[in-house]
Amino acid sequence: MGAVKTIARRSFLIGSAAIMGGVAFGTYMAARPIANPLEDGLAEGEAAFNPYVKISSDGITLITPRADKGQGSYSIQAHLIAEELDIDPNSATITPGAPGPAYYNGAVLSEGVPIPAYVETQVAETARAFMAVPAKLFEMQMTGGSSTVPDMFVKLRLAGAVARETLKEAAARQLGVSRSELTTRDGIVVAPDGQELAYTALAAEAAKLEPVVMQEADLRPASEWRILGKPFQRTDIVAKSTGTEVYGIDLQLEGMRYAAICANPGIGGALESYDASAAEGMRGVEKIVEVKAGNAGVAVIATNSWYAFRAVEAIECVWGTPDYPGNSSEHWEALEASIDSEAHFDHRQRNEGDVEVSLASATPFEAEYRAPYLAHAPMEPMNAVVQIGEDRIDIWTGTQIPLFIRNRAAAIAGMDNDAVHVHVLPMGGSFGHRLEMTHIEQAVEIAMAMPGTPVKLTWSREEDMSHDYPRPAALMRGRGVVADGKVDTFDISVCQQGLAGPWMGRLTGLTLGGPDATITTGSWDQPFGIPNYRVTGYRAPDLVPVSSWRSVGASTNGFFHDTFLDELIHEAGADPLEERIRLCIHDESRKVLEAVGELSGWDGADMGEGRGRGVGFCMSFGVPCAEVIEVTQTEAGLRLDKAYVVADVGQALDPVNLEAQLYGGLIFGLAHAINSELTYENYRPAQVNYHAYEGLRLYQTPQIEVKVLENAGRVRGVGEPSLPPAAPALGNAIFAATGQRIREMPFNKFIDFA
Amino acid sequence: MKLRVNGQDMQLDVDPEMPLLWALRDELGVTGPKYGCGIAQCGACTVHVDGLAVRSCQMNVGSMEDGADVTTIEGLGQPGALHAVQEAWIEHQVAQCGYCQSGQIMQAANLLDLNDDPDDATIDAVMSANLCRCGTYPRIRAAIKTAAQKLREA
Repeated sequence: MGAVKTIARRSFLIGSAAIMGGVAFGTYMAARPIANPLEDGLAEGEAAFNPYVKISSDGITLITPRADKGQGSYSIQAHLIAEELDIDPNSATITPGAPGPAYYNGAVLSEGVPIPAYVETQVAETARAFMAVPAKLFEMQMTGGSSTVPDMFVKLRLAGAVARETLKEAAARQLGVSRSELTTRDGIVVAPDGQELAYTALAAEAAKLEPVVMQEADLRPASEWRILGKPFQRTDIVAKSTGTEVYGIDLQLEGMRYAAICANPGIGGALESYDASAAEGMRGVEKIVEVKAGNAGVAVIATNSWYAFRAVEAIECVWGTPDYPGNSSEHWEALEASIDSEAHFDHRQRNEGDVEVSLASATPFEAEYRAPYLAHAPMEPMNAVVQIGEDRIDIWTGTQIPLFIRNRAAAIAGMDNDAVHVHVLPMGGSFGHRLEMTHIEQAVEIAMAMPGTPVKLTWSREEDMSHDYPRPAALMRGRGVVADGKVDTFDISVCQQGLAGPWMGRLTGLTLGGPDATITTGSWDQPFGIPNYRVTGYRAPDLVPVSSWRSVGASTNGFFHDTFLDELIHEAGADPLEERIRLCIHDESRKVLEAVGELSGWDGADMGEGRGRGVGFCMSFGVPCAEVIEVTQTEAGLRLDKAYVVADVGQALDPVNLEAQLYGGLIFGLAHAINSELTYENYRPAQVNYHAYEGLRLYQTPQIEVKVLENAGRVRGVGEPSLPPAAPALGNAIFAATGQRIREMPFNKFIDFA
Repeated sequence: MKLRVNGQDMQLDVDPEMPLLWALRDELGVTGPKYGCGIAQCGACTVHVDGLAVRSCQMNVGSMEDGADVTTIEGLGQPGALHAVQEAWIEHQVAQCGYCQSGQIMQAANLLDLNDDPDDATIDAVMSANLCRCGTYPRIRAAIKTAAQKLREA
């Protein structure tokens, strides 16, 4: 056990936050190193150089703690480690590992800093870096906000480099040469005389050494990369093409039982009473369980998910009333009553020139915009397998928030946090849905009714869509003035309910005070210089509980800001692309606009009779992204012909997947701009399955061309930024082709699509 | 009752109203076919029954002939012994979350069984019944063309 004892003294010192916290802020808690969680489970002769690399005589394991919802995060995390470790990522075992505080996300909160992403001053960078401190203290091992690559870009390459150099050190001692004389390739240390030592053979010796200290400056320059920046096969692509990828819903355990639930379709409403007598005798039914955790309801445990679904439908429930208005019209009334009302003022992070004077001196152009509630509706519905042991709980599930789940499960079962073991599995999509955990809470309570037996709770599609915490509905009012063929005054008010605070509160019990940036994210922070320019956020009262939906605030604000800008440009009589370029104050963004013009062959919005093109732009998650869409009015309805996407990601690490994320975000944006909304009737969504919530299908998908720029200095994540420009690009194209300006999503309420 | 699943005879003792999907997944442990909607709107559960693509969430096992031949994604091809459609799916790196891809691949394989040179309109029409939320459609179109070429040259 000597080796284990030696490395148990090691602590995790890699990572900007530990260094930053200690040096720049002196916060004891933030500076305190976090123990390497891999050290606990090490066998004799097994080496864990840091929380990300484990090597034994049997093989190499890479820990990829950011969850994979389909965006390719496991693959890129493995590539980042492998680039410095000098291995083929497909030769290693890739696993998210056990969740732990060491895996906190140091980048995800930096979006919340009240400085636009295009400002890169020292103050801005310091403020963004500081956001890693609360992320560490609150143990935010979280996947989201397009933050995986920005957060992991240095951390994981350093992890690979430290492991490589420590293995070389072990080889150097064995061979009696100095470490600098050794080289590495494909999992092997090569001696000056050509002798080869496999990493796996060096693991036992390396485990006895202190890891070699490496700095960011020691990392290889991009010019020497062999994996990053090159077309590479996703590590999960074969499994996902052969039905062998095991998602949470696919997990099978010995003796497992299957559960379904009907919970109050009004989120947060009580279960007043129920009659399960019709379900009790049904085939396959083993137990009926009243559930209080998460959303209250009644569950059935059976020998097959379908038996459980069928039995649940036979249960008669009397539901209590939830704490929000029952019908969509009342929700809109709440937003209408809150917008431009002093009592609901939340923040004004942009206020340039003198908007009031300008508006008073002319007859302003005015317009009102709306964006509906939306469900996430990933293809794989929410599910979790939970096994309650005597002194431990095991949870297998796809999740973006494993530590929040751990803590909540422990509280429900009355155990210590450390007794809960969360096993994160690949996800069939999420789009933010798996930033919530009511299904996990329910699954824990259900499994507690059958101790020792693993129980898999699967939400039916209807249960999933009626208990989703949706994207908030939003209302925007815009006022503008044009002069001399230019946009002179741009003033918008955006109103929706708060998102970040209530989410943090229900997941962690922590209270987040202050303004809620999500209300105007994607409009206040755009890289334009307009003489009189103002964006104001108003916070509506809490309505139905809402959550983050792919691209969050920018999903609505991107539509509001860019479409209203398009309207003013039209009023001014200017060309939509040229005027955006003229107004742009950020070099990388301007180049993105210019590039999309070039790629699409832009020569004006008018493309002839019944045809038109529109441009949309939004900078979100630090990525400027511009899209052009071409449409034709046909007898069958409006047809989307072509779409062009240009984004500046700073550095393209995984070009094949990067392209997929960019057109995927565009398609997701179009899907909801055209076809989808959640409306509330009697406290519940009226749309609970795909027949009423279409998304986009192949026949409506345009031909798409993607171009990636790398002018911005820093590496960025791309899971979200191509979504916000999609709706405005399409709406602006429809206006160009038909003269009809659509100011509310989904567009199919106002125009027929082919 | 008896089903022949991926070339193996399997015994089932379930309620005859049980959809084939849930017999495959929870009784036989064949989890390639996915549950997405339960109402034939997404196609994630697509399998071949006697050589035709069907939505297994809609086919009650009691309505199937005894010994019916069922092929799922696992039976179409496996890592190391891939079907041409799977090869094309891997070459084009179609999958993102991948959850719908079992159904997409089974639908595409059936399309190419019936028509080894589908035009764009046919591909759009046939594949539009399979929903993908990640938006992998551009590569689905491309991969079907590659797979068609592989099959024609085979």
